[in-house]
Amino acid sequence: MTVTYPLLINAVITGLLMGGFYAALSVGATVAFGLLDIVNIAHPTFAVIGAYAVLVLNRTFNIDPILAGLLLTPVFYGAGTLLYRVYYHFFERRGDDAMRGLAFFFGLMFLAEVVLIILFGVDFRYVQAPYITTTLNYGPIALPLRLAVPFAGSLVMLVALELFLKKTFIGHAIVAVAQDPFALRLVAASPVRIKRIAFGVACASAALAGAFIIVIEPLQPAVGRDFIGRVFAICVFGGLGSLPGTVVAAISLGLVENLTTVFIGPSWSPAVAFGALLATLAWRPSGLFGRS
Amino acid sequence: MTTLSRRVMGAATLGALAALSAAAFSLPAAAEEPLKIGFSMAETGPLAGTGKSALLAMTMWAEDINAKGGLLGRQVKLVHYDDQSNPANVPAIYAKLLDIDKVDLINSGYGTPIIASTIPIAMQHDMVLIGLFGLANNAKFKYDKFFGIFPAGEKPALTIMQPFFDAAMTMNPKPKTVAAVYPEMEFGHAIMNGIKAVASAAGLQIVYDQGFPPSMTDLTTVVRQIQATNPDIVAIGTQPGQSIAIVRAISEVGLKAMIVGGGMTGLQTPDAEGLLGEQLNGFVNFNIWLPAPKMQYPGVMDFLKRYQERAKAAGVDPIGYYMAPWAYADLQILSQAVEATKSTAGDKLGPYMHETTFKTLIGDVKLGESGEWANPRMLAAQFQHVTGNDIEQFKGTDKLIVLSPAEYKSGDLIYPFQDARH
Repeated sequence: MTVTYPLLINAVITGLLMGGFYAALSVGATVAFGLLDIVNIAHPTFAVIGAYAVLVLNRTFNIDPILAGLLLTPVFYGAGTLLYRVYYHFFERRGDDAMRGLAFFFGLMFLAEVVLIILFGVDFRYVQAPYITTTLNYGPIALPLRLAVPFAGSLVMLVALELFLKKTFIGHAIVAVAQDPFALRLVAASPVRIKRIAFGVACASAALAGAFIIVIEPLQPAVGRDFIGRVFAICVFGGLGSLPGTVVAAISLGLVENLTTVFIGPSWSPAVAFGALLATLAWRPSGLFGRS
Repeated sequence: MTTLSRRVMGAATLGALAALSAAAFSLPAAAEEPLKIGFSMAETGPLAGTGKSALLAMTMWAEDINAKGGLLGRQVKLVHYDDQSNPANVPAIYAKLLDIDKVDLINSGYGTPIIASTIPIAMQHDMVLIGLFGLANNAKFKYDKFFGIFPAGEKPALTIMQPFFDAAMTMNPKPKTVAAVYPEMEFGHAIMNGIKAVASAAGLQIVYDQGFPPSMTDLTTVVRQIQATNPDIVAIGTQPGQSIAIVRAISEVGLKAMIVGGGMTGLQTPDAEGLLGEQLNGFVNFNIWLPAPKMQYPGVMDFLKRYQERAKAAGVDPIGYYMAPWAYADLQILSQAVEATKSTAGDKLGPYMHETTFKTLIGDVKLGESGEWANPRMLAAQFQHVTGNDIEQFKGTDKLIVLSPAEYKSGDLIYPFQDARH
């Protein structure tokens, strides 16, 4: 099959747009896993919970889904801090936070799915917004707003988070707690409190990522599982705890998936994308932006 | 006095108990014991949307038959448990149904994997089993007391795709090339084999043959790749979430072809119809029943009216074309066999069911040697002139035009595909 210019350029655009979405979905896991050493495998499921909350707001109050996601971020922040208290009390404080913590979040993921099934059933759910069914055409280039709006939202969220980490005292403390919790005490900051805030921020990002999910695809309770592999691959590929790394890794994954679809075939896209990830890790074990 | 009273009371109690026991034994057993039909059903899990629709229809059947005096002079009781859409739960459910609930007859839950787990249990107990919406479940078991309620016959993938290609071959000029797209899973490969067989028989050339990973979130690049091959026919075999994703991707890319569709599961449900609305225009997809004039078999429209009144309150499929009449017909067949043979025994029911043509809501049903439909009856229907997202418009046949087989045709194919998109 001949690869034409429109096919190639549109594949690149779709890859970029999907990559932005992957970055929004992965950033919370990057903070939790990369900075706090909490293997929150349930993070994509938290985003799915966010998507259902967006659905409720959209259906009840006719609020735009992205705006609904934004309004939900304080709620998710609060829920995240509470969840961290539970995690800290039962696992981290006791020093058995690796495998048991993983099991905790794994269990939480299944529990959340069951609750969502009970509350919402298993049928596909969706929201209505004018941009979901609109595609802008510029000559051979097509820009589906279903993907472009979440992409733009993701970039805004990622820039805001990067500024928060780089420009605020709490942000500096979050980065510091990943490196040396003991040293953090010397500046009168409690590592537990800082980690609680950071986990809250990670969960807050899931509310917005959930809004992006329900804009991009119809929702059902188990859809988060489709993203677990991608999210953690992006975390590792980008370099644990690096936000710019997460963005570059997510966009690379989106591009490789789509270009593989064009040049080799869609069946090969996960294999080639994860193969590229493994090759990069062999070359740079700490990921693209990780400290060696 | 107190002692005497206790003795009198004790004697009176014993006497009353004895009298009650005698009365109980003197009543005919039939008047006390309902005839129990046991089955598992997907009331939660991924199949629950359709499973709950089936359960409502089966409950309505039980109410109807009990209102007419029951079965073999006994009231009918449905005993059912939630299999959570998980075949692993089936053996324990049927053990309880057979050993503790002591059901007289069994039926299957909904869907191919659930039925596959139920057949060995039916074989072990030498009982008749009707499988509700399975694809060629008996191909390996070859159990002579298994019967299927799904009009796809013994080669379902072929049967699903045949009406689509029959409709395609009515176009002028005749199509020459086919693009086939499907998920990389067992279902997708089965459909792909069906596409290859039908396309080959029609002398068509396959110019695109690609699977995609089931977890793929966006399919626009896949659709653009298909467009690059410029096929006349785009044959798709997808499961519900993928069907929605590919319809959206096709709309966004603005795919041009003569005809698009085929084996897209899930688009028959009001959920998908409400979500996609106008984006469905032009797609030609398989269906199993629609209220086309020639498919309005005796009783079906009345049943659907009653079903639709209850479905809304029950929170299940509010239209019901996809599953409800079939679940009702499933138990109609079983009950007709029981009444005719005056038995619930597998060795009496099985041979009778092979020989008989049953009158049901979904028409006359003749079950072949393998237990599947002797005369498969899949439809190809095109979404036409859909406006907005209101699911009420999908009641009736104004928006879903039956194209094939010819005997059920209710309108003409609009082609090329892009002409039907408005």
